[in-house]
Amino acid sequence: MTNELTRASAADLAHLLATREVSAVEVTQAHLDRTDAVDGAVHAYLHVDGQGALAQAAEVDRRRRDGEDLHELAGVPIAVKDVMATEGLPTTAGSRMLQGWIPPYDATVVARLRAAGMPILGKTNMDEFAMGSSTEHSAYGPSHNPWDLDRIPGGSGGGSSAVLASFQAPLATGTDTGGSIRQPAAVTGTVGTKPTYGGVSRYGLIALASSLDQAGPCARTVLDTALLHAVMAGHDPMDSTSINAVVPDVVGAARRAEVKGMRIGIVRELTGEGFQDGVQARFDESVQHLVDAGAEVVEVSCPNFTAALAAYYLILPSEASSNLAKFDAMRYGLRVLPEGIDEPSAEQVMAATREAGFGDEVKRRIILGTYALSSGYYDAYYGSAQKVRRLIFDDFARAFEAADVLVSPTAPTTAFKLGDKLDDPMAMYLNDIATIPANLAGVPGMSLPSGLADEDGLPTGFQILAPAMKDDRLYAVGAALEQRLVASWGGPLLDRAPSLATGAPTTTKEA
Amino acid sequence: MAELTREDVRHLAGLARIELSDAEQDRMVGELGVILESVATVQQSPIEGVEPMSHPMPIVNVTRPDVVRPSLTPEAALAGAPEVDQQRFSVPRILDQE
Repeated sequence: MTNELTRASAADLAHLLATREVSAVEVTQAHLDRTDAVDGAVHAYLHVDGQGALAQAAEVDRRRRDGEDLHELAGVPIAVKDVMATEGLPTTAGSRMLQGWIPPYDATVVARLRAAGMPILGKTNMDEFAMGSSTEHSAYGPSHNPWDLDRIPGGSGGGSSAVLASFQAPLATGTDTGGSIRQPAAVTGTVGTKPTYGGVSRYGLIALASSLDQAGPCARTVLDTALLHAVMAGHDPMDSTSINAVVPDVVGAARRAEVKGMRIGIVRELTGEGFQDGVQARFDESVQHLVDAGAEVVEVSCPNFTAALAAYYLILPSEASSNLAKFDAMRYGLRVLPEGIDEPSAEQVMAATREAGFGDEVKRRIILGTYALSSGYYDAYYGSAQKVRRLIFDDFARAFEAADVLVSPTAPTTAFKLGDKLDDPMAMYLNDIATIPANLAGVPGMSLPSGLADEDGLPTGFQILAPAMKDDRLYAVGAALEQRLVASWGGPLLDRAPSLATGAPTTTKEA
Repeated sequence: MAELTREDVRHLAGLARIELSDAEQDRMVGELGVILESVATVQQSPIEGVEPMSHPMPIVNVTRPDVVRPSLTPEAALAGAPEVDQQRFSVPRILDQE
């Protein structure tokens, strides 16, 4: 039973809970037991809150016994990315800078999870301040891909993707600034959505690049992703960029799974050259499945997407250098006194603290952003990047006149080996080449598994992009494709992943 | 575009309030040089006369009602501080000595 509970979808767990076939405490305990068994090897969590999760679960069970009207997902446990402030639970964003910090408040997203009665199992690992595509930039050591523990689980949300792929939680939260939800989903055979910019509140999220950051749902099925999307999304007066409009009916779209007559646009610039053969092959098959389901395929061109990576790596560091100025050793977080200086000044303490508290990638991006914003270079770098951003936005607008959704492979390759790209920042950045345009334009995007690459047997991802506030289209297309793929595989893709649970951990656990 | 020098990196690190060791400065000159060469390609896009875009959603002047609502207690707000003195954040000296 325990094994069944950890492999069940959130939708199935919700049904079992509602019909009282299982209790929330049983469901939560099953997942905590699974974490005990496998997370020594996977290292998906930075912090596990067994006691807190079981207390929340017991409360849901009590309320259900009392006949209270509960949310559909009440009692379904969830893992929360460590970039989200959780009252009373450590929140580090994968940085030394925030080691031991306990936020005095909940992010709006977290408050919504609690209000829905979803027990929070723990906080998931991530690249420091969400800067990275592998979790290797986490100050607390990398997470491992459950398909092959020597490989990356994607990033920055590699802890959340690894938790799902190793059945430690049925649902997890993510944030996506340039692909941090979608790329980890792609390389672990899981599902993740970056909603429309402003669709989910950013209040209480440790900001990376405020005009790009967007929180979203991560799960193992399209319907589960939609169910979590509906919990997380909606207007929040605490976030001035939050959209004050009705959330698109993502759950309804996922249940209908209807693509008949829809125009699916293949983005010429995001296929072919630069994409691994097996990734491209699974993408082509997926497109054929959509045609079989009654969709119409068109090819669209977005010529300025080729400049998206360059624009992104100017806009992101610029905004990050400003956002991360708050880590000044004065109000919270680390404070380090410089060596050999009696009575150091505040500025000297700041500089010593930021030297000790930030990792290499964070320092690199802060200094790059400082350069891009400095007088004399502003127009050439940040100014030009903002203009390219407009061109990309316009490319999307034109493409969405010809197509209802756009599709591409999510990431150019399957999961690479830990360590392979750590010393080459530009090679690491290229992972996000297909996901970045959506962040620059603010449009929603989803990744779902499209199969395993023939050459290495590792998961490949299929990306769907929709116009702003048409998030429901992602779920219609995603669910229709998922139905056909799962039927062709004879079961969920993750059934083919190693079980992990047998014997001792295969790798040593990091600090 | 001018080459990034070690002196530039030292200056930028100072502006960003990050102390960098000599070894870090050396490494960063090379790494940032490669990244800058790549991102400088934005200037080759057809950007002449294009309106810069800073934000994906055209939402402006968002306000909320000016009413008192629950907020953090002083104790909660100070709970994560490196040093506290008389219910205040205690910071190192902020003026130069002299």
